[in-house]
Amino acid sequence: MRRIARSTLQTAANLVFFSVLATAILASTFFLTRDEIKKSEDAEKLKLINQIMPGALYDNDIIKDTLTIPANELLGTEGDTLAYRARLKGEDSAVVLESIAPDGYSGRIWLILAVRSNGELAGVRVVTHKETPGLGDYIELPKGPWIKGFDGKSRALYKDADWKVKKDGGQFDYMAGATITPRAVVKAVNKALIYFEENRDKLFAAAEPKKEETK
Amino acid sequence: MNLQEVKDIFYNGLWKQNPGIVQLLGLCPLLAVSSTVVNAVSLGLATSLVMALSNLSIAPIRSYVPNEIRIPVFILIIAVLVTVVQYLMNAYMYGLYVVLGIFIPLIVTNCIVLARVEAFASKNAALPSALDGLAMGLGLTAVLGVLGAMREVLGKGTLFSGIDLALGDMAQGWVLHIIPDYKGFLIAILPPGAFIGLGLLIAGRNWLNLRAEQKARSNPVTPALANPEAAQG
Repeated sequence: MRRIARSTLQTAANLVFFSVLATAILASTFFLTRDEIKKSEDAEKLKLINQIMPGALYDNDIIKDTLTIPANELLGTEGDTLAYRARLKGEDSAVVLESIAPDGYSGRIWLILAVRSNGELAGVRVVTHKETPGLGDYIELPKGPWIKGFDGKSRALYKDADWKVKKDGGQFDYMAGATITPRAVVKAVNKALIYFEENRDKLFAAAEPKKEETK
Repeated sequence: MNLQEVKDIFYNGLWKQNPGIVQLLGLCPLLAVSSTVVNAVSLGLATSLVMALSNLSIAPIRSYVPNEIRIPVFILIIAVLVTVVQYLMNAYMYGLYVVLGIFIPLIVTNCIVLARVEAFASKNAALPSALDGLAMGLGLTAVLGVLGAMREVLGKGTLFSGIDLALGDMAQGWVLHIIPDYKGFLIAILPPGAFIGLGLLIAGRNWLNLRAEQKARSNPVTPALANPEAAQG
């Protein structure tokens, strides 16, 4: 009996030793790579912003000129997100919003949109998604030009009924075999534009308001 | 460790015991990412790295791990290595990290990694174990690459699409359009295409093996296999 207890304890100690060692290795790798990962993610974000917002549209430090937007139904967000404001010679020129399409084929699709001050889309990009590779992923730029179809569109140009894929009687292309994905994106973009219309002045408000005011 | 042993290890990994078409292990990534060559080979190489590292780190500690808990300990070590590789790729190869996405953490669940640790690294010294992991990984990578090429040409009419994501902007013009104005063949891209393609590859390998055996029988002077000792592997 004592022998069994001893060997059990030894085995447990062994397992604990390996767990501690594993945790230590993971934690140190995490801390070593954390800054680098943050850097590449920020660089990726700025690259994305520059894709949807021509550099000629702004002369301010766009990464720093932000506004915190609390969770919002029209944007599909469940937590705080950041809006980046683009200004040219002191004039409001565009705002970059994050939006989530909740009803993709495999869950949520994260989007980033740039809306000009006149309500026209400067561009839309997909940030992350889990749509079927080779099928629903043409919404992503390197895999297809579809997402560029939003450039220059606005709610002044298209009525609500037009903000649908062509299969549903709207104005937007889709690919046979993968309609759910573009349907979700078109819907989310339209809703984000509605949000922009309703909150236009607040979005361009000069300085970052205090947290209490945005709530 | 002599040259013959090294040769045996690579012959086993790349052909005789190829994880993709002989052991049929690691089918999860095989089916999921082999829709293009670039995805398939990138994940194959990441898996090879993890396999070499896990075999290398488990072989020296094999005598200290009690038999009853060896599987959890092995899995723990593999999971740590995969996560470390994931962090490093996220930090230093961001483009590729974004492309491979969820499939990097899923290397942990690839049974070929645990299979080689259990079958080879837990019985052999560190250096041969590392080589075995590398050879098996490369064998899997080769199958993934061929399957990816088959599916990509049939499904999209291109080769190496997305190579700029793996190698940077300079590779942008390297995509080959094998069939111009191709409309696409959906089933090759979808999982059934992977099953059918894999079946064809297995059949092709069996055919080559049969032919080699027949040749050997009709002409007994030539050795049956390049290396008869490997038959014990």
